[in-house]
Amino acid sequence: MTSPDETSTDETSTNETSGHHDLPAAARTRRLEERLIAAGLTSDDEIDEFLTGLYTSATPGNGARMAARAWTDPAYRDLLLSDGNAAAAREGFGELSYQLRVVANAEDVHNVIVCTLCSCYPVSLLGPSPGWYKSFAYRSRTVREPRAVLGEFGLKLPPEVQISVWDSTSEARYMVLPARPAGTGGLAADELAALVTRNGLIGTALV
Amino acid sequence: MSYATGARVLVRPGDPDHHTRVPGYLRGHTGEVIATLGRWPLPDDSARGITPPRVETCYAVRFSARDLWGSGDHTVTVDLWESYLDQP
Repeated sequence: MTSPDETSTDETSTNETSGHHDLPAAARTRRLEERLIAAGLTSDDEIDEFLTGLYTSATPGNGARMAARAWTDPAYRDLLLSDGNAAAAREGFGELSYQLRVVANAEDVHNVIVCTLCSCYPVSLLGPSPGWYKSFAYRSRTVREPRAVLGEFGLKLPPEVQISVWDSTSEARYMVLPARPAGTGGLAADELAALVTRNGLIGTALV
Repeated sequence: MSYATGARVLVRPGDPDHHTRVPGYLRGHTGEVIATLGRWPLPDDSARGITPPRVETCYAVRFSARDLWGSGDHTVTVDLWESYLDQP
């Protein structure tokens, strides 16, 4: 299982000095792929096929469509906040491999999602996660100083707005329902959905 | 032992020598159960190949930043399996 260039042979080690953490993410990923292929658990072809399918169907447009519908359809909003999987199924995303929990921004509360243990995130509704979401800096700082982190994204929240951080450690995946921007009363459903960004659904942008 | 929404719970301290989903920054801290997420296999067992793994209720538990870090006005909500928790 181990190769001579391994700096740690302890498979379960979480030791920060093991050397793995010094490698760029792409190199670490490739090393893991090579291990899995060598163990006969998958192949390069299978990985490519899976990723191609993922990149085709998983886009932030999916989550954006659900958010925009919640802005105009109060019954759908209630469903989205109480049973995310049922709400996803209504929009044609019925095969989620996780429990979806949606948390709504309001005038006095802003939600933001992080995964401090790895990089959990509802990929099928938000698209592949951005590099910064997987970075050690985002993961460690968001639970500790979210107001400063959001400020670095250009999101300056008034001090009276409470920040609620969700650290996804379980089989649940979190998505933020942004507040509907003012002055969007005349927009059609697809125009509303076009306003919603991936960062808005993570909570690092207002919408 | 199960916990009702609104209950105060303590995250068990200590660092197990196996995989766990308890973030280190929560250990020994007290929070409030805000939701029950259903029953899921315990990752500590699944990761060690223990079959069948224990299946336990998972709770969304909210912590105040001031309690966790000594400063800050935000909250952090984390999903925790039942055996990660204890009565404060």
